[in-house]
Amino acid sequence: MSKKGLIFWILSVILVGGAFLSNSMAADGKTVNPTAIAMFILFVVATLGITYWAAKRTRTAKDFYTAGGGITGFQNGLAIAGDYMSAASFLGIAGLVYTSGYDGLLYSIGFLVGWPIVMFLLSEPLRNLGKYTFADVTSFRLEQKRIRILAAIGSLSVVTFYLIAQMVGAGKLIQLLFGLPYTTAVIIVGALMITYVAFGGMLATTWIQIVKAVLLLGGASFMAFMVLIHFGFSFESLFSTATKVHAKGEAILAPGGLVSDPLNAISLGLALMFGTAGLPHILMRFFTVPNAKEARKSVFYATGFIGYFYILTFIIGFGAIALFVNHPEYFQNAKQIVVDGITKIVSATDETKNLIGDKKALVGGENMAAVLLAEAVGGPAFMGFISAVAFATILAVVAGLTLAGASTLSHDLYANVIAKEKDEQKEMKVSKIATFAIGILAIVLGIVFEKQNVAFMVGLAFAIAASVNFPILLLSIYWKGLTTKGAFWGGLAGLIVALVLIVISPTVWVDVFKNPEPIIKLKNPAIFSMLTTFVLTILISKLDNSERAKLDREGFEPQYVRAQTGIGAETAVKH
Amino acid sequence: MDRAIMEKIKNDPDFQKLVSKRNSVMITLTVIELIIYFGFILLVAFNKQFLAQKLGEGVITIGIPIGIGVIVLSFLLTGVYVYIANKDFDELTEKIKQKYTKEV
Repeated sequence: MSKKGLIFWILSVILVGGAFLSNSMAADGKTVNPTAIAMFILFVVATLGITYWAAKRTRTAKDFYTAGGGITGFQNGLAIAGDYMSAASFLGIAGLVYTSGYDGLLYSIGFLVGWPIVMFLLSEPLRNLGKYTFADVTSFRLEQKRIRILAAIGSLSVVTFYLIAQMVGAGKLIQLLFGLPYTTAVIIVGALMITYVAFGGMLATTWIQIVKAVLLLGGASFMAFMVLIHFGFSFESLFSTATKVHAKGEAILAPGGLVSDPLNAISLGLALMFGTAGLPHILMRFFTVPNAKEARKSVFYATGFIGYFYILTFIIGFGAIALFVNHPEYFQNAKQIVVDGITKIVSATDETKNLIGDKKALVGGENMAAVLLAEAVGGPAFMGFISAVAFATILAVVAGLTLAGASTLSHDLYANVIAKEKDEQKEMKVSKIATFAIGILAIVLGIVFEKQNVAFMVGLAFAIAASVNFPILLLSIYWKGLTTKGAFWGGLAGLIVALVLIVISPTVWVDVFKNPEPIIKLKNPAIFSMLTTFVLTILISKLDNSERAKLDREGFEPQYVRAQTGIGAETAVKH
Repeated sequence: MDRAIMEKIKNDPDFQKLVSKRNSVMITLTVIELIIYFGFILLVAFNKQFLAQKLGEGVITIGIPIGIGVIVLSFLLTGVYVYIANKDFDELTEKIKQKYTKEV
């Protein structure tokens, strides 16, 4: 698109967004936090500025998919952390710690432990073998067509489920924070993410992730710091206050009912750990750095930032428990009482009902714990800041997902399966059309799923990533015997098992379809779907005597040399 | 890449040294991480009382330092990998590259 066209598009996005914003505020009549609005507008203007800057530098397909391959390890570490720290992990985990204490930490740990696995098994060979998408790696020596189709199915299902969950969460959150109608919020998010990705490609997306990661880490650090100041930097004092006022008492300092039986615990653990190593928008980031050394550095920094962030959410959740006791106004239908010298927040109609840690009692629900804590420790201005950061977080994450989805459509499906000959200009055009298509689809699905329970979708996205993308990637890099036939049917079988098991599980069969009893008790299918993929892929590969299988096995050694040394790997371009 | 050069690289002692070193580091660290995480998960599933024990006089339980410890250890392990890789892998890789990329 021409420069004029881009400026016109950016201006219309600002104008339409602004009109919606002022219009809805007037109609709603609610007092909306002015800092939140100002901060949010500042963020949008800054990100559109980044997009404009990046658009001028995004000329080739390599620029679009990998920002030219010249991002440093530190920058990429921040960007990976930005991609991974969604609003769900910020507000959701802080909320979970607020309601259940220690159980919230279990989720954080699960989300973190995938990173060492990515580092040890994938980071360097991925960088040495790949170009734009992880399917470049899986199809390196296997048949392009079938393997790209499999990778596209895996990537697009992960991206779609993840995107729906983020869009629905975004709509509800923005509705709450800014008083915008749900549909308007979803459309604004969709329009912005299309703008970032279609015009600015990976370069804009990376820098938006970096800005957002710095804002989020800064905001969360300040909040945790203020909580700790309040308790004289004594964890004992923080935790003992929290246990005194929380409805569950000392139980919040130990694992509770969240992880009940071993099978469920292990299956969820597998999904979180190996799902991280199969998320297409994360794997794509490894192609933005110039070499394997920077790739490993980026995982080190990313793991540090993400781990630090999860420790902060733990402190924030406990801070909310301990400090909300002074803020009855954060609760619906509540009053403050003093029993035996201990202040408590109880239901206005039932004094025996302690509301701290109650899922529904907070104004706006448990996910608002972090936002309300921002107000408790930093006043309305800081609350506005955190609200805007939450919005920025959502925008950055959906932009990363959209880019991954668009790359799969244009690079894997269009350029390597559909197109008869290589034509970079055409591929670029397709990537932009794909960005618009995915963006519009995300808006439509976000609106369709407004009233649905989408809580299972992130778990499902991780399960599919762990059962389709990860096993095929791992085997293609390390196992000589892998053949196209084995990978294709094994991966597909894993996907089907994951989908079927989740439909008949409590999370869908009971929570979504409202049946009284689930068909199976297993909440996350990863243990069986991963096993299916590994066993079937290995079995079919071993039995495969086709001509293609011979080529597949012969191709392993040159690939192995390149994976280990980086000889022949893609290099960065200089601008 | 030329098949003949590829054969040469494959049989080069430096390449074999690199591969065996990287594989042993990779497998050792992966196994350690799996033991740490699934050990923790099994502890949560089978022995919640252990994690609920008080650490000292106060309310803090053993579970809290153990849980935070899993996060910190995972991060440190990635650091160990980077340290070993920077020290050993890069030098060998560079040696191999210099020997063979002229011929490519």
